Amino acid sequence: MSSEISASSRSAQVVFYNDPKFRSIAYQVALCAIVGFLTYGAARNAIDNLARAHIASGFGFWNDTAGFDISQTLIEYSARGSTYGRAFWVGLLNTLLVAGLGIIFATILGFVIGISRLSGNWLLAKAAGGYVETIRNLPLLLQLLFWYNAVLKALPDMRESIAIGGAFLNNRGLYLPEPIRKDGFGAVEIALLAGIAGALAFYIWARKRQERSGEQAPVLWLALALVVGLPLAVFALTGFPLGFDLPKAGRFNIAGGVEVLPEFAALLFGLSIYTAAFIAEVVRAGILAVSRGQSEAAYSLGLRPGPTLRLIVVPQAMRVIIPPLTSQYLNLTKNSSLAVAIGYPDLVQVFTGTVLNQTGQAVEVVAITMLVYLVISLTTSLLMNIYNRRIALTER
Amino acid sequence: MKGFATIVALVVAVAAHGASAQTLKAVKDRGILNCGANGTLAGFGLPDAQGKWTGMDVDFCKAIAAAVLNDAEKVKFVPLSAKDRFTALQSGEVDVLARNTTWTSSRDTSLGLNFTGVNYYDGQGFMVRNTLKVNSALELNGAAICVQQGTTTELNLADYFAASKMQLKTVTFATANEAVKAYDAGRCDAYTTDASALYAERLRLANPSDHIILPEIISKEPLGPAVRHGDDQWFDIVKWTLFAMVDAEELAISSKTLDEALKSSNPEIKRFVGTEGNFGEQLGLTKDWAVRIIKQVGNYGESFERNVGQGSPLKIERGLNKLWTKGGIQYAPPIR
Repeated sequence: MSSEISASSRSAQVVFYNDPKFRSIAYQVALCAIVGFLTYGAARNAIDNLARAHIASGFGFWNDTAGFDISQTLIEYSARGSTYGRAFWVGLLNTLLVAGLGIIFATILGFVIGISRLSGNWLLAKAAGGYVETIRNLPLLLQLLFWYNAVLKALPDMRESIAIGGAFLNNRGLYLPEPIRKDGFGAVEIALLAGIAGALAFYIWARKRQERSGEQAPVLWLALALVVGLPLAVFALTGFPLGFDLPKAGRFNIAGGVEVLPEFAALLFGLSIYTAAFIAEVVRAGILAVSRGQSEAAYSLGLRPGPTLRLIVVPQAMRVIIPPLTSQYLNLTKNSSLAVAIGYPDLVQVFTGTVLNQTGQAVEVVAITMLVYLVISLTTSLLMNIYNRRIALTER
Repeated sequence: MKGFATIVALVVAVAAHGASAQTLKAVKDRGILNCGANGTLAGFGLPDAQGKWTGMDVDFCKAIAAAVLNDAEKVKFVPLSAKDRFTALQSGEVDVLARNTTWTSSRDTSLGLNFTGVNYYDGQGFMVRNTLKVNSALELNGAAICVQQGTTTELNLADYFAASKMQLKTVTFATANEAVKAYDAGRCDAYTTDASALYAERLRLANPSDHIILPEIISKEPLGPAVRHGDDQWFDIVKWTLFAMVDAEELAISSKTLDEALKSSNPEIKRFVGTEGNFGEQLGLTKDWAVRIIKQVGNYGESFERNVGQGSPLKIERGLNKLWTKGGIQYAPPIR
């Protein structure tokens, strides 16, 4: 501070309040003070109003018994034995599950469609174009309702379930046999981990050797053998230590096994398909941003179209793709809150729905929910930014 | 997302101004009553194709408007979902909540509401398809049940199945419409809500006769209007509007017999119609407040029969909602 003042007094003989540097800081301090005061006033006012109306406030509700059921719980939960806090975690995990899987599916589908749209195959390019234009121009809520009703209407009733092997499919969901670990299965898991570690080590060694000598090694085949072959061999040697809990048809529902709810399937479908249309455009833009000269140079070096795309075009396109791709991931995560329309128990449905209604503590519940979405989004951003920095053009 | 946006807007409203303690003055200045209503439940609150609202809860809001503004039509009905209704009342978006809402201790205390009485004694029931061949709710072990969120129904369901040592799969929807649609599509074996609403919803299904309502009533659901904490005068007005409708039926004063009542020499009737005493003024209204309610809306029995009873498609028996003098439990304190 003192250096600034001395610097300004040296450069020109102006009064301190006419000094542009002082002014700009003063304005910002004043603005911050006003915003701070308004925030404080609103908070104070809300607390007073709540107290005057004798509405409960605070976070005491967190440990109260929830008393309501949730259809999909990734962690142990029961209406009578669990708290509102537990219900919050159940909802949050359901949100993360659908958002995480949605991001994976949307990325794969989006890349395939984006690249297809640029393909020389007329039919493929037009089909991809039609997909993008149709899907991204229809409201997501409408699409979710369509998928949900399509799933419900298309599938048969519980009593006429389609049975495939040990699995059942009906309008209550998809019921798959649940794998049960038996003694000795641990060895298979260890073999799998060892296989992955071995494949990684081999990949790094092969790359170093290629950089040094130009010699290539059959990385893919060896990696497959290590990651798939080794665990399979151990699995066979230990005498197949894996059992299955098969779903069984009861009077009303199918019991046992793993259950995939139609609400979950419809939401995952809807989100993936919708976001994929946007990702396809991002990918197309990214690829078009790489100058044609790059692929022409690759062809003239004798590279085939596949390796050209993989080694020359995509790595350069990624620099353009990553920032807008991050926005699409954030959109998908936030859009998952539309789950409320089709009865999937995500964070918004469980927490700002039932918990808010039962406790009546709108301010606390909404604040927590907003904070959670903020944390999820900022974390996604952070990870994508780290990746972006790694692939960014390093200038020398 | 729309629901979430509504909630955020309401939270901001709580923070910005909060509930005024002067609801009566606010309503009179505005010239219109803001009434939180159901919007999708026949018999209680439902607009028709012309936007004209009907139902018992609708009648109740009209009665308040008749008493306060001397015009039963000066009501703006705000359709609310079960899960958003309390926030709307807390934030001051509506002056009164008349949306088939169950009176419970936590809602009466920590949610900051005051229930003004019971305008319908109800209980929770189950609806199932005939083809299931189920005759009792106790045979529903393992069933998938569609339910609307933000209701006592959601809680009673978990209690009942736990107490009966039965398994259930709850599928929860934000609105009754979505829950009923999913039930109709075969997503659930049963749909559960208040028995009165089951009769109303059954009429909207593709084939009403394919569905039966099971005999078990698993809970007490005293449905009543509610106001915010902190305005005793408004609380009194809303409370006595309901009592006036019940008292009128007991005194045999209806919209048809009102003229005779005005000439009556019976002191109880004289106090009711305001030809004796100043009970209306004590409430902050005028002497003939109750007359306006009966003239423009009718008494409790008229409203019941017209909306949910024999004069309606629902044809629900009065049962518990008969007057105490006729074997029911509808009972109102006297005006004096």
